[in-house]
Amino acid sequence: MASLSWLMKMAWRDGKASSRKLVLFMASIVLGIAAVVSIQSFGENLKDNIAEQSKAMMGADFKIDLDEAPSEEILSVMDSLGGAQAREISFSSMAAFPGNPGTKLVQVRGIEGGFPFYGELETSPPQAAEEWRKEGAALLDATVMLQLGLKPGDQIKIGEVVLPIAGSLINVPGSNAFFSSIAPPVLIPYSFIEETGLIQTGSRINYDFYFIAPGADLDRLDRELDPQLDKYEADLDTHTSTSERLGRRYENFGKFLNLVAFVALLLGCVGIASAINIYIKGKLKAVAVLKCLGATKKQSFLIFLIQIAGMGLLGGIIGTIAGLLLQQLFPLLLQDLLPVDIQMSFSPQIIIMGLLLGILMSVLFALIPLIGTLYVSPLETLRVQKSSGKKKGKAELTVLAGIFLFILLFSYWLLKDWRYSFSFVFGIILTFSILAGIAKLFMKGIRENFPKTWGFPARQSLQNLFRPQNQTLTLVLAIGVGTFLISTLYFTKDILLDQASLDAQTDSPNMILLDVQAGQDENVSETIRASGNPVLDNIPIVTMRVQSIEGRTVNQIKEDSTSGINRWVLNHEFRVTYRDSLINSEVLTSGEWIPRVDDLNLIPISVSDNFAEDAQVSIGDRVSFNVQGVVMNTEVRSIRTVDWSRMQPNFSIVFPAGVLENAPQFRVITANVSNEESSAALQQELVRLFPNISIIDLRQVLRVVEDILNKIAWLINFMAFFSILTGIIVLLGAVRTSKFQRIKESVLLRTIGARSRQILKILALEYFYLGALGTLSGILLSLLSSQLLAWLLFETAFTPSVFPFLVLFPSITLLVMFIGLTNSISVIKSPPLEVLRKESY
Amino acid sequence: MTKILNVRNLEKSYSSGAKKLTVLQDVSFDIEEKQTFSIVGPSGSGKTTLLGLCAGLDRPDSGSIELCGTELSSLSEDERAVLRNQKVGFVFQDFQLLSTLTALENVAVPLELQGAKNASKVARELLEKVGLGGRFDHYPSQLSGGEQQRVAVARAFSNKPSILFADEPTGNLDSETGEKVIDLLFELNREAGTTLVIVTHDLDLAKMTQRILRLKGGKIIQSHEQY
Repeated sequence: MASLSWLMKMAWRDGKASSRKLVLFMASIVLGIAAVVSIQSFGENLKDNIAEQSKAMMGADFKIDLDEAPSEEILSVMDSLGGAQAREISFSSMAAFPGNPGTKLVQVRGIEGGFPFYGELETSPPQAAEEWRKEGAALLDATVMLQLGLKPGDQIKIGEVVLPIAGSLINVPGSNAFFSSIAPPVLIPYSFIEETGLIQTGSRINYDFYFIAPGADLDRLDRELDPQLDKYEADLDTHTSTSERLGRRYENFGKFLNLVAFVALLLGCVGIASAINIYIKGKLKAVAVLKCLGATKKQSFLIFLIQIAGMGLLGGIIGTIAGLLLQQLFPLLLQDLLPVDIQMSFSPQIIIMGLLLGILMSVLFALIPLIGTLYVSPLETLRVQKSSGKKKGKAELTVLAGIFLFILLFSYWLLKDWRYSFSFVFGIILTFSILAGIAKLFMKGIRENFPKTWGFPARQSLQNLFRPQNQTLTLVLAIGVGTFLISTLYFTKDILLDQASLDAQTDSPNMILLDVQAGQDENVSETIRASGNPVLDNIPIVTMRVQSIEGRTVNQIKEDSTSGINRWVLNHEFRVTYRDSLINSEVLTSGEWIPRVDDLNLIPISVSDNFAEDAQVSIGDRVSFNVQGVVMNTEVRSIRTVDWSRMQPNFSIVFPAGVLENAPQFRVITANVSNEESSAALQQELVRLFPNISIIDLRQVLRVVEDILNKIAWLINFMAFFSILTGIIVLLGAVRTSKFQRIKESVLLRTIGARSRQILKILALEYFYLGALGTLSGILLSLLSSQLLAWLLFETAFTPSVFPFLVLFPSITLLVMFIGLTNSISVIKSPPLEVLRKESY
Repeated sequence: MTKILNVRNLEKSYSSGAKKLTVLQDVSFDIEEKQTFSIVGPSGSGKTTLLGLCAGLDRPDSGSIELCGTELSSLSEDERAVLRNQKVGFVFQDFQLLSTLTALENVAVPLELQGAKNASKVARELLEKVGLGGRFDHYPSQLSGGEQQRVAVARAFSNKPSILFADEPTGNLDSETGEKVIDLLFELNREAGTTLVIVTHDLDLAKMTQRILRLKGGKIIQSHEQY
């Protein structure tokens, strides 16, 4: 009997002669796999690089940080560790530049000791990294230097201190990329911190102590020391725990991109399924002949199965190579968002995944048409025969179940969460079903209300959508899914940006002044008003910590391992305000709002819903606060939902008026400044008069947020582009598959006297219908999903932008027409008989 | 003489919607080894259906067919495929070559299915014998109709079949090319000692065989030998 080698030989012989028909379909597998492999591999590399560079990112083996000056107890704990090798005080402040009109909110980092111990200070000129400490100079973030036109030797004024700038700071361990864009770092010698005069009540100061402990068991240290430090409101971070935390944050983003890539892959599979369907249909006669010559069912099935698997493997190899090359682009796209420099390497696990994925996806999605070969009767060689549908139907259902199981398992592998995986698979089924439903509905609508009065070309092209073996549904699905992805991404970006954007109205703040000392607020407000801009709020802030909840002290709660109270509630220094009314970002959800009290024994307070949840308190529960040494007993009397996304000061805890007025406090002042010039001038004036206050220019923050969202959107678009590209390839494939049929129809029309222009018009209209139907279905579905996202996830109103309608709709429709027509040009140019002869094999 | 095909009380019908269409009715005949045999009749008389049943390509509603000493109804589809591969050859009206295989590969397939080591060598010899020595690597689309049918004849003889079924072998060829193909068919038949069963409506061709079976409306109306 024929051996496996013969089956492989037959698969190769047949595949070789059919390679032209298969190349496009393999391309769709290649693209899908390239998308998944590139993202997977990049994610792995990022995780590995973060782990490898964790020491350089922290600059030390571990650090102890706290937000108030260290107590004796903490100092003795640190002494027991051999003492810190370096220390740092950091805070946000405004910086001015004598001789330069610019001002800037910066993160001042006063450093003492040999920090960083790992990684390096990258400066320009390079020697500045060595000299700044000795010369008592500052190192200023390179971007700020560039923005303000500063050069080494210029001066920087922070609070009361004026220092020369030794050079620009390109990279410094311990700076967060996002935060650095809002408050760029300035390094100054520790000894100048006191002189700045900025360490005052209410100032948000961080104290960091850096340690080097090569070879130490950092996990053990973390386990043993962190609970001790917790008692003193201090925290221990090791370079490994920090990098793990960071890795997880990027992992989530990676997972999202993985899903986008996976959708591209699935789209490729839709292409494969439809292509193989047509391909195998064309092979059924050959299967019948083989059976006639003595091939068994299994043999004829295996020939094509081997062929498809081989094609999948080849697609997997090319896709994997393309993916590995493609990932080199990601660091360029995400340059400023990545915490480390990425050194790319190739993981064998991912290479194997790419290859297996190629085989599995192509075989799985080809199985349904392939099953058809099992039921071909050899009698087909003599006459057209109908195969039995019952057995085939059962087998097809089994394969379909297998496909969904595979998608579920693969998405679980990507997401590591069953709930999300099920939702994802459900989402995919829903998306595809809705798109198919919309397409079918459109087609049914056209059929039922067929425009009989239209001219011949318009009617004929519509009829073509319903021709036997038409690819209408596949094409609409391919175009629809691609458009759906792109336009949903656009809408989502719109929602995110809309949430972050500032209202143009004058009653919402666009400048926030922090650290305004009590007594300064009147003068600050006056300065703002004098510049012609309104002061919107002058908000008092009192810092306090939770002392006890429902009679249990913080320490007791911390020791109770069964307590579900979130740690941050116990450790956090709350910035609390007092007022007699709710503000526009708040809605009372339960209890009663108490505007003012006189009795200080049990103060009725209002808490935000997330605080209530994390602190596990409800209406009537008692919470005591330590207000800078004074214990205040309170009762939760109302719970509010707070829209934290509003760019304005929002509070977890609000006291009624009449209680905290005499407590040590500072102020936050918000203003609406009419334009950028006015804002710059006002900031200069404020920094000159009140060097201790920090100014957040929300316009600038928004620009940073927008910039970051744009970069992320770029990457997402890049991935969505794969879907579109795959869609185009599926489209090309489908167009080419049905090309001969179209050509036969066109030749027939030409033979009975149709002119080239008429045929061109018919073809153009047919592709227009397909393109318009697919694109419109995709956009409509994305409108629906974005509306749901806005309601359920972002909890905001959604006003769709016109971009998908104005740009995506016409451009994708035109693309479909272009591809369709360029592939049919031979029909129009050549004489009928020549075309038929050429295209028949 | 030994009987290579023994057909008894064959019935076959197809359903078309609610209607039942009887194609063959009480058909019985037998064919001896090395005999040449033709089945003739007008279109729709059941010729091709009978051929398909005799070759084990389809199952009858009732009746029995014994091919090369094996009762076909007792075999599964795959067992019938193996029987075809070892004992049966086919020539079709529309050639039925595998379009993705070259002429040589097409001829070699039945032997390769048997696992024969010399498939390529035998295929070359057969192609040379049918006058296509220079066309080994040509695909069907690169051959004329007559050449394609000659490849099909070579393929039909490649497994040295005991019986060869030909369904309107000249139906798609002009008369001159048709004659050449028929000559070739009979010549190879003589050389190999194969039983030849031809389905045709061409009476001249039928007259070239030793026995003629006439069908009409699914029934045998005449069966005679002509020596």
